[in-house]
Amino acid sequence: MATTTGSRRFRSDPGLVARMGFTMFLIGALYVLVFALLVAKGIAFGPLIVIAAIMLFAQYFFSDKMALFGMGGRIVTPEEAPELHGIVDRLCALADMPKPRVAIADTDIPNAFATGRNPKNAVVCATTGIMRRLSTEELEGVLSHELSHVAHRDVAVMTFASFLGMVAGMITRFALYSGMFGGFDDRDDRDGGAAAVVLIMLVSMLVYIVSFLLTRTLSRYRELSADRSGALLTGRPSALASALQKVTGDMARIPTRDLRAAEAFNAFFFTPAIANGFSISTLFSTHPPLEKRLDQLAKISVELGQPVA
Amino acid sequence: MGLLDTILGRSKPVKPDLDALFALPSASVGLQASLDLKPTGIGSVCVKPAEGGGFAGLRDQIDQLLATDNDKYDETKDSFGFTWITRQGSPDDMSDLVTDLHAVNASLADAGFGPALLCTLITFTDGKSPTIGLVYLYKRGTWYPFAPTGKEQRDNGRELQLKAAIGDDLKVEPDLSRWFPVWGAPGL
Repeated sequence: MATTTGSRRFRSDPGLVARMGFTMFLIGALYVLVFALLVAKGIAFGPLIVIAAIMLFAQYFFSDKMALFGMGGRIVTPEEAPELHGIVDRLCALADMPKPRVAIADTDIPNAFATGRNPKNAVVCATTGIMRRLSTEELEGVLSHELSHVAHRDVAVMTFASFLGMVAGMITRFALYSGMFGGFDDRDDRDGGAAAVVLIMLVSMLVYIVSFLLTRTLSRYRELSADRSGALLTGRPSALASALQKVTGDMARIPTRDLRAAEAFNAFFFTPAIANGFSISTLFSTHPPLEKRLDQLAKISVELGQPVA
Repeated sequence: MGLLDTILGRSKPVKPDLDALFALPSASVGLQASLDLKPTGIGSVCVKPAEGGGFAGLRDQIDQLLATDNDKYDETKDSFGFTWITRQGSPDDMSDLVTDLHAVNASLADAGFGPALLCTLITFTDGKSPTIGLVYLYKRGTWYPFAPTGKEQRDNGRELQLKAAIGDDLKVEPDLSRWFPVWGAPGL
């Protein structure tokens, strides 16, 4: 009885897992397709791959420092921020995970993010804006969402998933510039060279677009899973939902200029650092729409509230 | 958590280890012998209450369970939203206290709320220095000492001394970063 009731109460969503798995499969298939194409055509993109790999490596290893630096986050000790540390301590003990470093960013933008390549090197950062607006329980929900990103190793997963798109984007730009400035010096075969450059540009642009759409889809699924795991960890999906509502409303009202500066960092924000309804369609966004997140949390709330047998 | 669960983003709530609690009586004897620390008879279970009717119904059951036994228990909520179910037992009967606490744990775990269990705290005193606590982490199956000395101050030296004293009887949490403070917990 113990196991059946328990597993019904705290369960993962098979549908979400399946959709996420399928998206990852498509990203993997795209990798295979592109590399098979490169090998079949005998195209040597060695140097480009090396440059991209170095960038990927840097992004992977220094994600914590880059995101903290970008957001102006500062690591705080338990004495400086006893409440924040207290919440993180308790959540980590509940989830049996190592405690990440805790940081505060001194900005009124209400947001929080987690970053770092693995749970041992993770940083969880909250802004003063979010701490001011949310109650302890809501803040706990937000931090629980961020800790789920850490537990799911989302920085590593998304870095690798977006690698191909990054390379394709570089090739597109490279081909564009070399075409524009006549970088290809084979004057005897000028037309053939130009045609090849155009073809490379088109193919890599296509790869970039497909890869971009797939990684954004994956990102939205990762957000939903972090919501789910976070809500199950605290047992309070409604607190997370209320935090989402408060923060999303505020995020949309704040001018977009400094928010855009926050967009590029490889970190997992609680709410997207872009204004809502800013002509960015659902397909392109990193986070699922608010209603979808709230729906999921409402379902979890019902599951948790089932009477004891 | 397995690699596949990580990659698919389906972290599972962690099940608690309840049985290690029964090692406490022998550790208590050891503490009395080496540091003259006696149990205060106060023990508490810290749990994160889930929202909704399921948990509320369960709480009624626990209330009844504990009420059958002389009403010597108490329920408080701390500033982090965690509930402490405190049992005030006899200082001389540690095994009785442990059995009571285990009953609370077991009923929570049986109803599927095992993942909501945070820690158990048992307090000891030598009559002179501030009361200390032994904290049991359900998810790790380990113990650590907690010696508060005032408002958000803890005596790390004393904690390490206690660690040495209980090391033979209890499994002490090796990762010091997980020795989180439980300021203002019942009995401290």
